[in-house]
Amino acid sequence: MGQYLTRKIIVYLITFFFAVTLNWAVPRFAPGNPVSMLLSRFTVMDGGWEILESFFVKTFSLDQPLLQQYFGFWKSLFAGDLGISISQYPKPVLAIIREAIIYDFIILVPAIVLSWIIGNKLGAFSGVSKRADNLLMPVFYFLTSSPYFWFALLVSYVLGIVLGLFPTSHAYSATMRPEWNLAFIIDFLMHWFMPFLTLFLVQLGGWAIGMRNMIIYETNTNYAKYMESLGASDRLIRSYGFRNGILPQVTGLAISLGTIVSGAVLTQIVFSYPGLGYLMVSAIKQNDYFLIQGCFLFLIIMVLLANFTIDIIYMFIDPRVRHSYSGEV
Amino acid sequence: MAVKEFWKRHENLYFAVSNKKVILGAAIFLSIVILAIVGPMITPYDYEEFAGPGYQPPSKTYWFGTTIFGRDVFTQVVYGLRSTLLVGFLAGTIASAIGLVVGFVSGFFSGRAPDEGLMMLTNIFMVIPSLTLLIILSAYLPYRGIVTQALIVAATAWPWTARAVRSQTLSLKSQEFVNLSRISAVPMFRIIREDIAANMFSYVFMVYILQFNGTILSSVGLEFLGLGPTRGISLGLVLQNAVNWNALHLGMWWWTIIPGLILTLLIVSLYFINTGLDEVFNPRLREM
Repeated sequence: MGQYLTRKIIVYLITFFFAVTLNWAVPRFAPGNPVSMLLSRFTVMDGGWEILESFFVKTFSLDQPLLQQYFGFWKSLFAGDLGISISQYPKPVLAIIREAIIYDFIILVPAIVLSWIIGNKLGAFSGVSKRADNLLMPVFYFLTSSPYFWFALLVSYVLGIVLGLFPTSHAYSATMRPEWNLAFIIDFLMHWFMPFLTLFLVQLGGWAIGMRNMIIYETNTNYAKYMESLGASDRLIRSYGFRNGILPQVTGLAISLGTIVSGAVLTQIVFSYPGLGYLMVSAIKQNDYFLIQGCFLFLIIMVLLANFTIDIIYMFIDPRVRHSYSGEV
Repeated sequence: MAVKEFWKRHENLYFAVSNKKVILGAAIFLSIVILAIVGPMITPYDYEEFAGPGYQPPSKTYWFGTTIFGRDVFTQVVYGLRSTLLVGFLAGTIASAIGLVVGFVSGFFSGRAPDEGLMMLTNIFMVIPSLTLLIILSAYLPYRGIVTQALIVAATAWPWTARAVRSQTLSLKSQEFVNLSRISAVPMFRIIREDIAANMFSYVFMVYILQFNGTILSSVGLEFLGLGPTRGISLGLVLQNAVNWNALHLGMWWWTIIPGLILTLLIVSLYFINTGLDEVFNPRLREM
C-alpha cells in the first residue's frame, strides 16, 4: 500500500509542479508577448504607460533573470499571492477565487457522487434485464454523447424557457442578498438545479454503460457459471458481479475527473453560474492574465485533490490493496 | 463460390458489415460527412451572407431557420461541420499517432526507464483537465488556424491512446506466439510488424474512433468558448453566437438545438461503430 500511495503522490506532485511551471512559462514565452499586449491595451490614459509598465515589470519581475523570476513565482505562490485582478482591480486574485470555488463544489460534488451511484445501479439493472436494456441503452448513449454545453442548452430550453420552472442564469436572483433565510435558500436551489442536472445526466450515461458491460462480462465468467451450477440465485450472482465491476468504475471515475471538470466549465458558461470556469472564461475575455492563471491553478488543485481522495477510497474498497496494507496476504 | 471464399478470408469484415450497430453508426456517420461535403455546394448562401429575414423558423427555404440577423443556419451548420470535422480528424490522427508511439515504446520496455518516464508523463497529462489546459494555451495565442487548433487539441488528447496501447502491447508481448517467434530468432522488426502490430490493428482502430470522438468534443468546446480558429465558422462558434444573442430566450430554438443535435448524432454514431466493432473483434461479446 505504501508504494501504491507513494507513487500516486509523486505523480500528483509532479503534475502540480508542471502546472505551476506552465502557468509561469506560457505568458512569458507565448508568441505575441502578452505583457506588451496588456500594456498597449491600458495606455489610453495620460501617463498610464509608465505607471502600468512599472507595475507589470514589478509583478512579473521582468527585470530579473529568468531563473530568479521562476523562483520568485514559486515563492509568491506559497505566500498565497496570485497577483491582483485587472478586471476587478484592486481585488486580489485569491479573494475572487475563494468566492467562486464554492459554486464549483456545490454543483460538482453532488453531481459526480449521485450520477456515479445511480448510473452504476441503472447499468447493473440494464445488464440483467433484456427489456430494460433495449429501452435504456439508447438513452444512455444519447446522454454520454451529448456535449456538456449543448445538453446544458437543451435543459435550459426545456426546463427553463418552455416550462419556465427554473431560472436560466446566475447563482441567485439579482434582488436577493446571500443570507441564511428560507427565501434565499429556495432561490439558490432553484438556480443550482439546472447546472447540477446537466452535469448529473451527462455523466450518468457513461457510468451506466460501463457497469452494464461489466455485469454482462462478469455473468459469463467461470465463477459465475459455477455458482449457477450450484444453484445460486441470480440475485447473488449479480451482486458478486456488481462488486467486481465496481472497482474499474472507481478507477474510471478518477480518470474522467478531468473531463468532468472541463464539462463543468462549459456548463457554467451556459448558465452564467459564477464558478471557476465562468470566472476563467470571463477573465480571458478581459485579458485578465493573473485571474486566468489563478483559475487554472485552482482547477488543477481541485482535480488533484479529488484524485487523491479517490485513491484513498480505492485503497479501502479494493481487497488486494487493503490486505497488502494490513499484511494479511 | 468466389464470394463465399472472400467472406471466409475476411471474416471480420463480414461480421462488421452484418453488425447492426456498425451499420447504423456508419450510416449516420457517413450521412453527416456527406452533409459536410455536399452541404456547402447545394446551399445558395454564404455563411456570412444575410440570406433573408431574421427569426425564421425552419421552413422550405431556410431548412434550419435563420439567425437573428437573417443568416441561414443550415449554411452555417454545414460550413461549421466541415471545419469541426477537419479539426477533429487532424487532431485525432495526431493524438493517435503520438499515443501509439508512446504506448508502444512504453509497453515494449515495460518496467524499465523509458516506460517509467513515459507513463509518468501520460499520467500527468491525464490528471490535468484538458479543457483548462487548452484554454490557457489558446488564450495566449492571438491567431489560431485549423492546424494550430488541431495541434493544441492533440497535445492534450493522446494519453488515452497511450495507456490503451501500452496495456495491449503488454498483454500481446507475453503471448506464446510472440515467444515462439523470439526463440526462433525472428528479427525484432518482423516480430513487431507481424506478431504484434497485426494483432493490434483492430484494437488500435477502435481506440482511434474514440480518440476522434474526444477530439471533436474538445475542439467544439473550445470553439464554443470563442477559442477556436480565429477565422471562419465552426459548429462551436454557431452555438456560441446563438448563446451570445440569447437565441433560446428569444424562442429561436433551431439556432442552438439543431446544430447541437447534429453534433450529438455524430458522436453517438461513432460510439455505435466503436461498440459494434468491439463485438466484431471480440467473439465473446458477439455471442450474446
